[in-house]
Amino acid sequence: MRVVLAEDLALLREGLVSLLESHGFEIVAAVDNGPSLLKALNEREPDVAVVDVRLPPSFTDEGLQAALEARRRVPGLPVLVLSQYVEQLYARELLADGAGGVGYLLKDRVFDAAQFVDAVRRVAAGGTAMDPEVIARLVARGGRDTPVSRLTPRELEVLELMAQGRSNAAIAQQLVVTERAVTKHTANIFGKLGLAVSDDDNRRVLAVLAYLNR
Amino acid sequence: MEPTTRLQEHLRAPARSLCFLLLALPAALLGAVYLTSLTAVGIGLGIVLTPALTVVLRGLADVYRRQIAAATGERIDRPYLPDVPGEPVHKRFVRIVSDPATWRDLLWMSVEPYAVLVTGALPALLVLYGVWGWIIAAFAGRAIGEAGGNDYYLFVHVEGSYGDDPARRLTTVAVGAVLVALGFAFGPKLLGAYGRWGRALLGPTEASRLKLRVRHLTETRSDAVDASAAELRRIERDLHDGAQARLVAMGMSLGAIEHLLDKDPEKARLLLARTRESSAKALSELRDLVRGIHPPVLADRGLADAVRALALDHPLDVEVTADLPGRPDAPVESAGYFAVAEMLTNAAKHSGADRVWIDLRHADGTLRISVTDDGRGGATLDGGTGLRGVERRIGTFDGVLALNSPPGGPTTVTLELPCDLTAATI
Repeated sequence: MRVVLAEDLALLREGLVSLLESHGFEIVAAVDNGPSLLKALNEREPDVAVVDVRLPPSFTDEGLQAALEARRRVPGLPVLVLSQYVEQLYARELLADGAGGVGYLLKDRVFDAAQFVDAVRRVAAGGTAMDPEVIARLVARGGRDTPVSRLTPRELEVLELMAQGRSNAAIAQQLVVTERAVTKHTANIFGKLGLAVSDDDNRRVLAVLAYLNR
Repeated sequence: MEPTTRLQEHLRAPARSLCFLLLALPAALLGAVYLTSLTAVGIGLGIVLTPALTVVLRGLADVYRRQIAAATGERIDRPYLPDVPGEPVHKRFVRIVSDPATWRDLLWMSVEPYAVLVTGALPALLVLYGVWGWIIAAFAGRAIGEAGGNDYYLFVHVEGSYGDDPARRLTTVAVGAVLVALGFAFGPKLLGAYGRWGRALLGPTEASRLKLRVRHLTETRSDAVDASAAELRRIERDLHDGAQARLVAMGMSLGAIEHLLDKDPEKARLLLARTRESSAKALSELRDLVRGIHPPVLADRGLADAVRALALDHPLDVEVTADLPGRPDAPVESAGYFAVAEMLTNAAKHSGADRVWIDLRHADGTLRISVTDDGRGGATLDGGTGLRGVERRIGTFDGVLALNSPPGGPTTVTLELPCDLTAATI
């Protein structure tokens, strides 16, 4: 799998390169600034891009802007955005085109190599990988009278994992319940949120997030 | 103020002028009473009486300032040194007496009632006297003549035969008309002259303006220094107790792991997992700290998006509208951001509101931020709401805060920060 990587800190960039290479990815370009990232995304046509939000020369959200720009040119180009902090605003912008293949994770998640690599693969396959913190904050703000506030704690847990892009089987494993139980929970969640059930994992997440972000 | 045409100005001038004429009597009285009160200092009465009378004096001076501003369209600022709450009466007396503005007010009240007759009140007097001429010509002249009166209307002799002399009556009507016309014609000019002399005495002098400015700057500077010192202490404490402590612990664990690697690999693995957890916690603490110092979205995108991000994270339903064609300087932007954050926290904590509307816009060199909630209202600046703190912080940038919160709501807090925008980069 061909990867374009953008990260301005040399130490982290090298770490990510060796981590991804050791898991069988092919790094076609590892850049350290926004303009080179755009160029690499246009020329190398990677299967997935792993991008730091904050990049030179502006040291603002250059990476995010480049990723969004590239996705405007190639809709659905899988992009996994890494950041020191997560913002719902940015998550929303990434999800806005509804094309999937989007990830938005805290840099800390790299610590758990297996999970991180899993997230990269999921995004490359057109799925989503939202950081648990994005979901937690969405759920936390809930408010007094939103459909989300009518979910049970267990259903919230399922929703959170679902939004991270996990399959029912993975959720069942994580929560140590049967897959049947998870299916029941998801049906309940969709019922309470007034969403039509769909088999498609990705569309499911997008629908949930779109609903929460409304 | 709505724009007025020149014709309107001419038509309104005599009515405004009448108001100055009517104010002359209370002004003259108050001037005399105030002067008496000051001279009563010798018997001690003045010390008690003067501060109370000063309130009345300044009140009347404020009426003049408002009226003059309405007549000439130019604002007159109050020149007084600020009140000191809880000040003993003798100190207050000294402060009042040593404030040049007090003496200028007194001079105004003493001279103005006479000066007004040839300036501010003249348009009204001309019109009134002209109308009186018409009344004389119509019937009053005959009545005066028949009652044996011997009088002059300007140069027209009004006596016994006046009522039967059409030439004199016509002349009276004509003279009256000229006077009325003069009153309307020169009204705005005369009021303008009156306004200039009013501004000279009632407005701040360059010296008192500077004095007030220096006082304001001193206060806001010390507030700013205090606030940033407190902020630095908080950051130092957070780093010391948080990330720094965790890094020390991690270093120690790594040392222990090095030892255990050969002897007890199982335990080393356990410690490694714990160390990784510790590093994640340190990172998350640093993240929160950074968010508190300068939120990343604010740096990336500017005020509008940062407030939008804040709204998304807020438990209440927050709607943001923004019209900012560029970005203010970073310190102003940051002050505005934290003010909004504080007001949102307030709304959630105290108001019982469900919805909040935030509006950001820039016009006439001023950034205006208004935050409205549909809560129960009745908020005050001092009710432990943190609004006083917001006011102090934006005071550093000459910002002002206005609170409108009638009982039953809604509550609107409006901030105004003078600043320029630099062109947006995105």
